[in-house]
Amino acid sequence: MKVSLSVNGTSHTLEVPANTLLVEVLREHLRLTGTHVGCDTSQCGACTVHLNGRAVKSCTVLAAQAEGAEVTTIEGIGSAERLHPMQEAFREHHALQCGFCTPGMIMAAIDLVQRQPNLDRRAVREGLEGNLCRCTGYHNIVSAVMAAAPRMTGGGGHG
Amino acid sequence: MAEPAAAATTRAIGTPALRKEDRRFITGRGQYTDDLNQPGQLHAVFLRSPHARARIDSIDTREALGVEGVVAVLTGHDMAEDGLGDLPCGWLVKQKDGSDMVSAPHPPLARDVVNYVGEPYGLVLAETRHAAHRAAELVATEFSERAAVVDPAAAMSSEDIHTGVIGNVAYDWVLGDQAATDAALASAAHVTRLDLINNRLIPNAIEPRAALGVVDPATGEHILYTTSQNPHLERLVLSAFVKIAPEHKLRVIAPDVGGGFGSKIFVYAEETAVLWAARRVGRPVKWTAERSESFLADAHGRDHVTHAELGLDAEGRFVALKVHTIANLGAYLSTFGSSVPTYLYGTLLAGQYRTPNIFVEVHGVYTNTAPVDAYRGAGRPEATYVVERLVETAARELGRDPAELRRINMIRPEDFPYQTPVALVYDTGNYQASLDKALELIDYANFPTRRAEAARRGKRRGIGFSCYIEACGLAPSKLAIQLGAGVGLYESGEIRVNPTGSVTVYTGSHSHGQGHETTFAQVVADRFGIGIDDVEVVHGDTGRIEFGLGTYGSRSLAVGGSALVKAADKLIEKGKRIAAHMLESDVEAVDFADGRFRVRDSNQSLSFAEVAFAAYVPSNYPDGLEPGFSEKAFYDPQNFTYPAGTHIAEVEIDEETGVVTLVDFVAVDDFGNVVNPMIVHGQVHGGLAQGVGQALLEHGVYDAFGQLQTGSYMDYCLPRADDLPDFRVDTTVTPCTHNPLGVKGCGEAGAIGSPAAVMNAVTDALGVRDLPMPATPEKVWRALRG
Amino acid sequence: MYSFQYHRPTSLEEAAALYQQADDGIYLAGGQTLIPTMKQRLAAPSDVIDLAGVPGLDAVDVADGRVSVGAFVRHARVAADPRIRAALPVLSALAECIGDAQVRNCGTLGGSVANSDPAADYPAAVIGLGATIHTDQRRIAADDFFRDLFETALDPGEIITRIEFPVPRRAAYRKFPHPASRYAVVGVLVADFGDRVRVGITGAGPCAFRGTALEEALQQDLSTAAVDAVEVPDAGFNSDLFASADYRAHLIKVMARRAVEDLLR
Repeated sequence: MKVSLSVNGTSHTLEVPANTLLVEVLREHLRLTGTHVGCDTSQCGACTVHLNGRAVKSCTVLAAQAEGAEVTTIEGIGSAERLHPMQEAFREHHALQCGFCTPGMIMAAIDLVQRQPNLDRRAVREGLEGNLCRCTGYHNIVSAVMAAAPRMTGGGGHG
Repeated sequence: MAEPAAAATTRAIGTPALRKEDRRFITGRGQYTDDLNQPGQLHAVFLRSPHARARIDSIDTREALGVEGVVAVLTGHDMAEDGLGDLPCGWLVKQKDGSDMVSAPHPPLARDVVNYVGEPYGLVLAETRHAAHRAAELVATEFSERAAVVDPAAAMSSEDIHTGVIGNVAYDWVLGDQAATDAALASAAHVTRLDLINNRLIPNAIEPRAALGVVDPATGEHILYTTSQNPHLERLVLSAFVKIAPEHKLRVIAPDVGGGFGSKIFVYAEETAVLWAARRVGRPVKWTAERSESFLADAHGRDHVTHAELGLDAEGRFVALKVHTIANLGAYLSTFGSSVPTYLYGTLLAGQYRTPNIFVEVHGVYTNTAPVDAYRGAGRPEATYVVERLVETAARELGRDPAELRRINMIRPEDFPYQTPVALVYDTGNYQASLDKALELIDYANFPTRRAEAARRGKRRGIGFSCYIEACGLAPSKLAIQLGAGVGLYESGEIRVNPTGSVTVYTGSHSHGQGHETTFAQVVADRFGIGIDDVEVVHGDTGRIEFGLGTYGSRSLAVGGSALVKAADKLIEKGKRIAAHMLESDVEAVDFADGRFRVRDSNQSLSFAEVAFAAYVPSNYPDGLEPGFSEKAFYDPQNFTYPAGTHIAEVEIDEETGVVTLVDFVAVDDFGNVVNPMIVHGQVHGGLAQGVGQALLEHGVYDAFGQLQTGSYMDYCLPRADDLPDFRVDTTVTPCTHNPLGVKGCGEAGAIGSPAAVMNAVTDALGVRDLPMPATPEKVWRALRG
Repeated sequence: MYSFQYHRPTSLEEAAALYQQADDGIYLAGGQTLIPTMKQRLAAPSDVIDLAGVPGLDAVDVADGRVSVGAFVRHARVAADPRIRAALPVLSALAECIGDAQVRNCGTLGGSVANSDPAADYPAAVIGLGATIHTDQRRIAADDFFRDLFETALDPGEIITRIEFPVPRRAAYRKFPHPASRYAVVGVLVADFGDRVRVGITGAGPCAFRGTALEEALQQDLSTAAVDAVEVPDAGFNSDLFASADYRAHLIKVMARRAVEDLLR
């Protein structure tokens, strides 16, 4: 079947089997391999992308459901030269180790801050319950999100 | 000549440098195995046993081969026909009676029998993953089921799983003086006894294992991209034992690897089969595990049943420790499965204490479960759990303060080097210092106030200690080989200084989250007095790095980093000769510091980059000295390193539901010198999360038929952000005495110390002797009801 | 995932016709249960009929002591919608504790209710508030809707269009989540309608049900003491690795008591 969607601002029309997942479109058809797959029960969150501005697990969305949608992946939020404030904060606070959960974690964290600008550490922990990290113990992820939130909402800092 | 920006006056070691590798990870530009593709590649799906123990009567592949896009269905018999060997266990354990352990054959793909649910016995190759899955379901395999055993104690009196392994015992291993220990226990003023279970864990690196095999028929070169913590060991085993290809025709590349925690040390069936299949069908073959496969077929961790006794004299001094453990090894001996419950466990039972008599006996037992091998901490969390649960229980039985009972038994700073009764010689430490700092951080004096305040909220608050020690920086090769290791445990490092003075470092260590690209750059930059951005670290490719033993056992910096120091020092010596010649001085009069070669007592000097350039453009150059500016070194440690520390947990228990909340956690660790405190704290946080997970959330459970009950994230509870508190982490420092950096290793400490601390806190809150991990709400609720 | 035909009808009639024509059709709403099930090859529908293109299923209406929520309204919207939060805060609070943020951004009310997962949250609200399920064919009272494990009163092909919740004087929902799946091990919704008290329980049995003994006790005396006096037998309750039937029975009382505490606050 034919699916048309916009990914990181670029329109694509693809011919895919109906049982294709959004994450398969991203990774295998568009070669945007920053979006990862870490489980098969829709829990780990490594595949988190934004679909029309909201965080979703791209392993639990059919490509067909994304017809006409705007998709943003980790590759679309900043560049190596001009990082998104959340990316910058993850680096500054050592919020990643192996890096595998990181793209999904960053995408979920951006959505969290956009929905709930006034977060405390507990709320960040609860807000990230859809994302598993096995390396960091989450401590520094929480610090990074706390640091990024005011920068994203214009409350200070650079970026 | 371009001169790299020098950090001439700042030491790179000891600074929290931001990680060089992060930029690619945070922008989604990492390259993990599943991100790689080869033209013409096929997708593999494995045929896995649905039974815990069965005979394979027949495999009918006709219908599967009819699925569009299916290229081949291969089985264990095909692999045997091609002459591939078994997967070896790399550590031979000697039994109590002096005989070798009994190692059952472990074919990569099962042929006639299967011995655990998920064991691979074949694979389907197809143009797409969907087609391979469809076909795998259509393979008609007839099994004759047989009775399975999953409990390690029960296995010792069950039907033999493997022919010739009597009572399913792979080994009966002992360490220490049994007679002296028995005598000391018999005359002890008090004996504390505990029966403990160390729960089975499933590692769950978030990147599932994956492999991509490519064979060039023209050159015969085999390339395996795979999720490995030690690509050279993978190559050695695949070449020497499995005999896929000779080593010089085999290249193993472990690109970005998404966490390992031990589970990616081992040589598994899947990557073996993928590479072999690629050669057999003449096309690249790719496989990526689904998480459900990871649960079934990654090596699991822990799974001990232990009885332990601690004898104390009238003053509370430990006089003897006796431990018997039945260790579940799973259906086959995994790559290092035999060593974990023996040399990485029994040798650590002295803990931080001057216990004079220790005896340990371990029965390593086969069961119809996934193989069990090293998982973060590997043997040392199990040892710490035994020692620290016993000590805490003894304190309660005797009405002693648990911190003070520990303190009077600790090895004192003046006792080092300290020979334990279980083989190890601790080189240095100051256990009282970390205990003191932890007590201060947790505000121990005011715990009763916190407990009373919690009680007013209907919560039971408990506190628990764990003063752990670990042996890491694996390992002195001679000693390890004497004890049964199949390989040396040194590390290699090579430093190539480019003509412009920038540096490329090649290490046999492998980073899968540890941050070597930064830490190792700091080590080298510090030695050369250059900036860390002028140092590039290359790892994970047997085609680029001479040799290596990889990353596990918190060994990378202590062993791999030391190899780089050795290589750097060789370069500095060579540089001095070049500089002496150029500055018309004696070599003995040239010093190297802050990135410059200086003639002592003169103002003449050359930069590191100028000397490097001269080595590649050798006009004004010493006669007889080879041009070029690169050196390599192998570093073989003289001893293990002994990180140690004190962890203190405070929990609150909801009496109505049994929910345990970890409300505070303090870790004070002595890792020796610290190169990058930011990374070290991160390693501790991660280890703590896994240790807390073991204590409160995680449990790999098989039912009586050998079916895994916790085969997905729906049932196996990996800690999430909201399960954990903020951790409070600090360090004390006694530098390691026998490596040039004075470092000890920090990767596993969190997972080693924390389970005992948390369970001591839980049992303190509950007022019970023991509760098997994990302390799930229903278990706690039942304990509260008595 | 097995192959299937994907359809995106633009009317209820078209959807129902597609269902009738299919060998083994299934409706797709948010997909947060269906897609994982299909990925694990535990479901193999011939036709997946996506209701996303059917207009009108995402309406929210608040009037006359009733809150009507369209079947395609996602959990995140129920949690955040100011009108729902004002009129029926218990429903928003319940929606906020379903799954995780990403799941709430996709999952829908109708999908959850139609699935009748024994551990889903929404069924506790449907039962506890005495909702009316509107379908493309009829209205079904909450008490008649949930039949058994993954079994409802819906006929094959019948589509939930909206659910109408009566607004109680006050209500509260308490959930004891499974630490891994985050589904409800037990969830209890207590609603005080002035003249009657309703208690909806999820997680404990094969499907959501009313806690009639609790209702009777609370009707007499809306207090935590009344909860404490009720016996909750565990017969027929779910029992698994994480929670036995009698622990679930105990948790019902604890969650009910906490819900009562909340609503009396």
